[in-house]
Amino acid sequence: MKALYWFSFILTLGLLATPVQGETQLPEPQKAGIEIMEKEQQAFYSPGKDMKAEIRMELITAAGEKRIRVLTMLRWNDPKSKDQKYFLYFREPSDVRGMTFMVWKYPLKESDRWIYVPAIDLVRRIAASDARSSFVGSDFTYEDVSGRNISADTHTLIREEKVGDRDCYLVESVPKQPIDYVKRISWINKITFLPLKEEYYDVQNQLARVFTADKIEEIAAPEGAGRKSFPTAVRRTMKNLKTGHRTEVTLTSVSYNVALQDNIFTERYLRNPPERWIK
Amino acid sequence: MRRSVYGGLLILGIFLLFLIENARAVSAQVQAEKEQEGDETQTGGSSGGTSKKWKSFLETLPFELHGFLEARGGLRTQDDPHEPKTATLGETRLQLNLFKALDWAKFRLKSDFLYDGVAEGASVDLREANAILTPFEFMDLKVGRQILTWGTGDYIFINDLFPKDYKSFFIGRDDEYLKAPSDALKASLYTKILNFDLVYTPRFNPDRFIDGKQLSYFNPQLGRLAGDDAVIYPRKRDEWFEDSEIAFRLYRDIESYGLALYGYNGFWKSPMGFDPQAGKATFPRLSIYGLSARGKVWKGIGNVEMGYYDSRDDRSGNDPFVPNSQFRFLSGYEQELAKDLTMGVQYYLELMLDYGAYNRTLPRGSHAADEYRHVITLRLTKLLMYQNLKLSLFTFYSPSDKDVYMRPNIHYKITDHWSAEAGANIFFGEKDHTFFGQFQNDTNVYLGIRCGF
Repeated sequence: MKALYWFSFILTLGLLATPVQGETQLPEPQKAGIEIMEKEQQAFYSPGKDMKAEIRMELITAAGEKRIRVLTMLRWNDPKSKDQKYFLYFREPSDVRGMTFMVWKYPLKESDRWIYVPAIDLVRRIAASDARSSFVGSDFTYEDVSGRNISADTHTLIREEKVGDRDCYLVESVPKQPIDYVKRISWINKITFLPLKEEYYDVQNQLARVFTADKIEEIAAPEGAGRKSFPTAVRRTMKNLKTGHRTEVTLTSVSYNVALQDNIFTERYLRNPPERWIK
Repeated sequence: MRRSVYGGLLILGIFLLFLIENARAVSAQVQAEKEQEGDETQTGGSSGGTSKKWKSFLETLPFELHGFLEARGGLRTQDDPHEPKTATLGETRLQLNLFKALDWAKFRLKSDFLYDGVAEGASVDLREANAILTPFEFMDLKVGRQILTWGTGDYIFINDLFPKDYKSFFIGRDDEYLKAPSDALKASLYTKILNFDLVYTPRFNPDRFIDGKQLSYFNPQLGRLAGDDAVIYPRKRDEWFEDSEIAFRLYRDIESYGLALYGYNGFWKSPMGFDPQAGKATFPRLSIYGLSARGKVWKGIGNVEMGYYDSRDDRSGNDPFVPNSQFRFLSGYEQELAKDLTMGVQYYLELMLDYGAYNRTLPRGSHAADEYRHVITLRLTKLLMYQNLKLSLFTFYSPSDKDVYMRPNIHYKITDHWSAEAGANIFFGEKDHTFFGQFQNDTNVYLGIRCGF
């Protein structure tokens, strides 16, 4: 009797393991989908060893009222893993000026986030389990800003299509866990792998949000002994079609491979922002 | 006090003169630019033009200048037999925040200039006047008047013995004012293994405690609620170097869990002691040893913090006029429940040591404090309208003291510059002598409007 129990137990384990093996044999369009999205994440969220940029966000209501967010962003890619660290220094509006925000992002688990409020010299850990929360009140979510875990979605290459005169892959990404959208369609430039357009469909399967990369610039930076050019979406828009609200982002003073060090992304510099990098 | 007001007004005067001089130059410059540009269409109409002018003016200054102008008023929702005024708050406040970064140091000067309608006078509150230096790669020094905070609690402080301003907190000033400035030297050392902060305050910086002016409180000597009729003037601790405070923190992160050890040597920050001969409140000596940890727990952030309060003037617990030693413990958890809705809960314990000795020596007729004081807090924050509207409620509830303190607040950012807020400080208590119960006549509502630049 006992032997039968163990036999069935082992059999169950074996059955559980089977689908894991099966995952390596994805249909061709899904395999291509994942490959493209991996390249897209590399091109869009982690080009270079590090990055520094001035970011200006205009939050515009349907009635045309504007609010402005200005910040300096530093990003560092961990050469030993796929981890990334972000440091944000807020300049505008005046009530958040001098605040700093730090994110340690991991490919497979929830990010660690800290905020520093200079007026009370307070460092806080932020409990943000919801990566779908809006970033500083804009139409972008935290995930839109720093990238969504690739394995959280099923990606399928649907077809190839042109956006303007640029050839693109059209990839459909369906979240495995239910979130605020059921489907994202991305138009990814076949050469640069930057997303030129993304459409987000809500739970009613209606088009709810649209992202567009409005201006791409080639940013040259040192790489090894030579120089390399990093295509960068320096103007981006996210529009909420349901509310008419949109956020326009402009990146200026973008530079890559500026030799940022890991130690910038610590409580020391959160409290005392590194003048050299945020000037 | 008066002298500091004059000094402050002088600084403000020089400052304004300087601003006006600069403003002239800038407006001429902006005018010239405008003529070149032709008429560029701008959303926001004429006000956009003014703010643009103001902004370019700020940018021409040789230092960064920011600040705000604010009007704030509040009133008691019930009569208080111990306070003559219904108003708890009525002030106009200008904050100027100057910052200059040079290659070798950073300087900050931040001062509030206010006219207080309740205290009926103008005053200057110099919040910060400090320099940050980095003498070595591994070391930062911050010298001068500064705001200091550490520890893991939310409105509850165990190892953070930097001065607090409870009056501001209870009458509905901005959260910023819960922290009072310290005149101190902060040395920070950073190594791969450990980081070390040392704060030396050469002359004791007490809390801005509830002294009876504006807010009534329980006076243990009188054995009743008191206020304007029994204002506390404690015996000062103001000897340079003799009445000094020292605080340190050793900390490091392990796998993004923040761990820290703390120490403090100084005094009870509010006048918790009493000298029966002189009839004066005192700041007895105090040392604290503590630790904390904070990091990801389940779907949110968890923290624990504890501290041993060594009340050095009454180690045996036999002196009824000096607080006994204590053990304090805090544990908290915060999680985002839904999009833009955050909840934080905390449990706090204050355990009086040598309780037997306390009970034995307590003067007849006095209200005995409990050996264990338990407090539970709950914070709820909801952001709406693209995070421009913030609704929050913070509640302290002590099941042992049977008292409650609630802080509802609604804050709306009208534009990037203008904001308005309204809120209340609500106290309930079964007894007059408990921590929050003593403020039951101080329950108040407030309103504020602010323009930031």
